[in-house]
Amino acid sequence: MSMPPDLLANAVVAGLLLGGFYAAVTVGISIAFGMLDVVNIAHPAFIILGSYIAYFLNITTGVDPIVIAILALPAFYLLGVAVYQVYYLSFERRGQEALRGLAFFFGLLFITEVALILVFGVDYRYVQAPYIGPSWHIGFVDLPLRMLIPCVFSLLMVAGLQLYLTRTFIGRAIQAVAQDQLALRLLAANPTRIKRIAFGISIATASLAGAFLIIIQPIEPSVGREYIGRVFAICVLGGMGSLPGTVIASMLLGIMESFTATFYGPSWAPAVAFGFLLLALAVRPAGILGR
Amino acid sequence: MPFTRFFLLTLAAAAAAFAAAVLVHNDYLFFAGYVVLQFVVLATAWNILGGYCGYVNFGTAAFFAIGAYTAVALHKLAANPDRYLSGGWALLKPLFPLSLPTLVAVGGLIAGIVGLGMGYLTLRLRGVFFAIATLAMAVVFQTLIINWDFVGGSRGAYIIRPDHITIGAFELPYIQYLFLIMLLLAVLALAIARAIEHSRLGFAFASIRDDELAAEAAGVPTLRIKLIATTLSGALMGMAGAPFPYYIGYVEPAAAFGLAYAVNAVAMPMIGGTTSWGGPLVGAILLGSLQQIVTVTVSSAVNLLIVGVLLVMFVVIAPKGIVGLVYDRLARG
Repeated sequence: MSMPPDLLANAVVAGLLLGGFYAAVTVGISIAFGMLDVVNIAHPAFIILGSYIAYFLNITTGVDPIVIAILALPAFYLLGVAVYQVYYLSFERRGQEALRGLAFFFGLLFITEVALILVFGVDYRYVQAPYIGPSWHIGFVDLPLRMLIPCVFSLLMVAGLQLYLTRTFIGRAIQAVAQDQLALRLLAANPTRIKRIAFGISIATASLAGAFLIIIQPIEPSVGREYIGRVFAICVLGGMGSLPGTVIASMLLGIMESFTATFYGPSWAPAVAFGFLLLALAVRPAGILGR
Repeated sequence: MPFTRFFLLTLAAAAAAFAAAVLVHNDYLFFAGYVVLQFVVLATAWNILGGYCGYVNFGTAAFFAIGAYTAVALHKLAANPDRYLSGGWALLKPLFPLSLPTLVAVGGLIAGIVGLGMGYLTLRLRGVFFAIATLAMAVVFQTLIINWDFVGGSRGAYIIRPDHITIGAFELPYIQYLFLIMLLLAVLALAIARAIEHSRLGFAFASIRDDELAAEAAGVPTLRIKLIATTLSGALMGMAGAPFPYYIGYVEPAAAFGLAYAVNAVAMPMIGGTTSWGGPLVGAILLGSLQQIVTVTVSSAVNLLIVGVLLVMFVVIAPKGIVGLVYDRLARG
């Protein structure tokens, strides 16, 4: 197949921009699943919740969706802390997290989705912002600002988290918690408290990711389901809990989906993530940057 | 109780249920009963893998839809065999049109093969990967069906349901026939589930659920056992899906892949109790009937919300389900 160079370049750039956004969507899972071993399959539902909060406040007050998301960070953090507390008391402490913990998060996913349907209906919703619509053109490459702004903010968020995780005591404790809880106790850090903080952070990222999502595309409550396959594929391929790995895997998936959409049609794109996930699981379960 | 006696007893109970439904003489009863029975099959099938082995399958809707779309595809073939069956395939022509039980068997076979493949690709890793892969699988199969024009793509496909069916000397309204088939499938699923519980296979399943490493060390061929479970469970879900096009009359991907199937298949055993065949049965009948009532009296979105809330409540507060609660009460005297 011969590809026209401008089409090819545009597909690559679109994929990279999409991948940057995927990094924001996945970083929460990389922390919760990769570092804490909490299989939070409800994460995409929290992202959609973030989108709807951005939507609701944007249409009522006209404030920029990303600003709203930043203001909502503490609320999402507290939500994450509360969810983890329930999860810890009901499952982790009893050692039953495998089966029932999964069912718990599945139930949360479902409740959030149906509650959003009951409140907002199933119509597609979108936000207003000055950067939705215009594009920059560099040569024959299009840079739609609607994609570029989420991508840039997403990478900033991931970079900030990476600094936090590698340079602060609590950040390092979060990285350590899945590996050796006893050693962590010896350093006078309570593993449960560390995990609570980390899970709070992981849910807080959903607030921003949700705002990015609704900037990129109009959403309805069940859109989140399409992201379950994607986020876990990226998380696994990125090496389960490595944030640089997450970014690389996000970019890869973004490019692959963009190519599929460009050359085969957008209706095939959702299948790419799954193929990606199966491939990752079958060939290299440790991921690209896995230990 | 030996297997045959259990089978005959459930069969007798099923016959009594059918006779009672016919005597009431209300078609709605059959339409509602069909859905409840369908959930009995799905919940029991889910529990074979989820409850006995401890592997969570979120892709019930995908297996169900595979069964349903197998039926749609075969129905389309049968509608115009001269056009689609040429060359060597022409030999298959005398087989058409296929009867509903054959469609159920083929749907089950294909869903079983998919279950085997899924299991083979993901079960060698930690259990959560299987769960995640099943979630993603539902999206992928939906994408495949949306892009497959032969079965209607995203537009969906119409299946004209015959009014009546003649079996031997009897003439049955078609909805009663569908109800009867689902009833037999429910009996089959329950019999299989109970037979597993009382066999070596059941103990192997339980050993995997409780401690897979120890089971492996004790010589249980865990991968093979898990593959048996995924295949069996997937096949039963596919069988439950095959009559669906005839029941609903119009199949489209969003309906066949509805998240409601996945949630109910998880919620019903969890609420009823996962350790024995009685749990999914109790959960499916209670929750299924409740949903029928709420759908008619309130709305279908609210009914799904109730299922989600009940699921979370039960896994948090009563992890043994209703059957477990009753047993505990009895044990305390």
